[in-house]
Amino acid sequence: MAQTDNRLLKRRKTRYERKKELVAYSFIAPNFIGFAVFTLLPVLFSIFLSFVKWKGGAFSTMEWVGLGNYAEIFKTAKVAEKGLGYLFTKVDLGIALKNTLFYTLITVPLTLICAVALALALNRAVKGAVGFRTVFFFPYVASMVAICVCWRFMMMKDGPINQLIMAVGINYNKSWTADSAMAIWSIILVSVWRNMGYYMVIYLAALQGVPQDLYEAATMDGANKWQQFCHVTLPQLSPTTFFASTMLIISCFKIYDVVKIMTEGGPGRATKMLVTYIYDEAFSNFNYGIASAIAMVLLVIVLIFTLIQFSMEDKYANN
Amino acid sequence: MTQLALNKNAGVRRSTLSVVLKALLYVVLIALALFTLIPFVWMISASLKLDREVFSYPIRWIPETFHWENYSLIWSKVPLITYFKNTATIALLVTFIQTLTSSFAAYAFAKLRFRGRNTLFICYVATIAVPWQTYMLPQFILMRSMGLYDTLWAIVVLQSFSAFGVFLMRQFYQGIPTELCEAARIDGLSEYGIWARIMLPLSKAAIATLVIFTFVGTWNDYMGPMIYLTRDVNKTIQVGLQRFIQENSSDYHLIMAVSVCSLLPVSVVFLALQKYFIQGIATTGLKG
Repeated sequence: MAQTDNRLLKRRKTRYERKKELVAYSFIAPNFIGFAVFTLLPVLFSIFLSFVKWKGGAFSTMEWVGLGNYAEIFKTAKVAEKGLGYLFTKVDLGIALKNTLFYTLITVPLTLICAVALALALNRAVKGAVGFRTVFFFPYVASMVAICVCWRFMMMKDGPINQLIMAVGINYNKSWTADSAMAIWSIILVSVWRNMGYYMVIYLAALQGVPQDLYEAATMDGANKWQQFCHVTLPQLSPTTFFASTMLIISCFKIYDVVKIMTEGGPGRATKMLVTYIYDEAFSNFNYGIASAIAMVLLVIVLIFTLIQFSMEDKYANN
Repeated sequence: MTQLALNKNAGVRRSTLSVVLKALLYVVLIALALFTLIPFVWMISASLKLDREVFSYPIRWIPETFHWENYSLIWSKVPLITYFKNTATIALLVTFIQTLTSSFAAYAFAKLRFRGRNTLFICYVATIAVPWQTYMLPQFILMRSMGLYDTLWAIVVLQSFSAFGVFLMRQFYQGIPTELCEAARIDGLSEYGIWARIMLPLSKAAIATLVIFTFVGTWNDYMGPMIYLTRDVNKTIQVGLQRFIQENSSDYHLIMAVSVCSLLPVSVVFLALQKYFIQGIATTGLKG
């Protein structure tokens, strides 16, 4: 008797549990179906595509080439013959990597330095701090096409920026975006200008979290403002700096909009970036396999930085 | 005595120093604010000039005469109304679908137990790290085969189901005590009731963040519409502006006038809700 009771209870419980699970799935489903179809599936599909040769026609025209696309973008045969220098001076992928890396290496520290400086300045009792904060943050929400075309005009041959630097005494009168030496700098300038306000907000939040008694202790020990900055503020900000820099590095590797609107990757290949290269191969040349192989290179780079960030996150969380 | 005088002297010196530093701080801040604002000022100034005046030497920040007619001229040259309508439609739909479905899913991930919860959630987290640019091509192939190419729906489904929304809402829901849900369950509320009557009202701050960032992100999105929307009737303001730039590349004054118009709606949203922008970034800190 007791046994049947138990079994009945169990069955009823499982039915109850099943109903609970169904309810849970009904919560997830609307988002997950869309997510699975439009994100998860394409992600898996892109890995597959990097191993085939395909111009985008019928699926039957797909041809399995194994690592062929990778050999093609890295020009492995030529590079093996002529050395690594060839990769970074002649091969599209090498040039795109070099440009993206150069852009990242300059943009990240410049943005963070400006962001910290702005945050430190606004963290004091400054009149109109909210107004300043609004101004510095505004470029981040302004749309890229409008601001990039405006910067491009301003950097034209007779534009206000050249007038300014001529007035300072530097003799330069070319369009920045048409000069292969200056084009990448124009992109860096716009990127720093746009992003510094965003990271300033992150640093402002971090500065509020620095315990005030640390400064009091430092003052008691006779530390001046500069020493306080070096030995209290900077170390306290280091987790923020770390996360901000990995975020910024990842977003720099994904640069596209600014390049497309300001230079179209030119002049020549002077501002060709990883994503402009993917875009051109995919949507102009219809080399779907090649485009996907380049996409995998981007993916690997981004994943490396994400993993570093995750592992450091654990470290900071444990401390 | 001498000691005291010395101290006093040092005090005076320090206070003059701090005044100088304070002044320097303002100078630097104002200089940087000018650097930040100059493109916008130049944009407005150029939009009110004749095209041959735009690059005059030396530069005139305030136009000799204000050519307001530039702003009426552009409406006949570009279908701005269509662009704005398309952009607003996409942005509103995406914001609505995104906020609704991700807060729905996030409730299950945060507060319900079911088989496969961790696996599913890992799927979401893993794709946050995958840049959209690496799968934009297969996504495009998929959408084209579904007949979504060159329709507004392409952008809507592309933007609506981001993993970021689910992640953000789940983080927030985890901070809400589970006891609240249990008490509500005992009172006879269904799970849907708990979501609607308890979780939603409590998560106003997170929803505000998600709404603002989704709206502005979709409004400003350039690469998605550029890939998918080719006919003029479907273009958003960003790709419409880009088309106008390519077709009238030397009408600097008109390009700047269209640019100013394209910036206005988001500027209004930002100025009205900037508190939430700042809070959103400060608390979540993530949106690469």
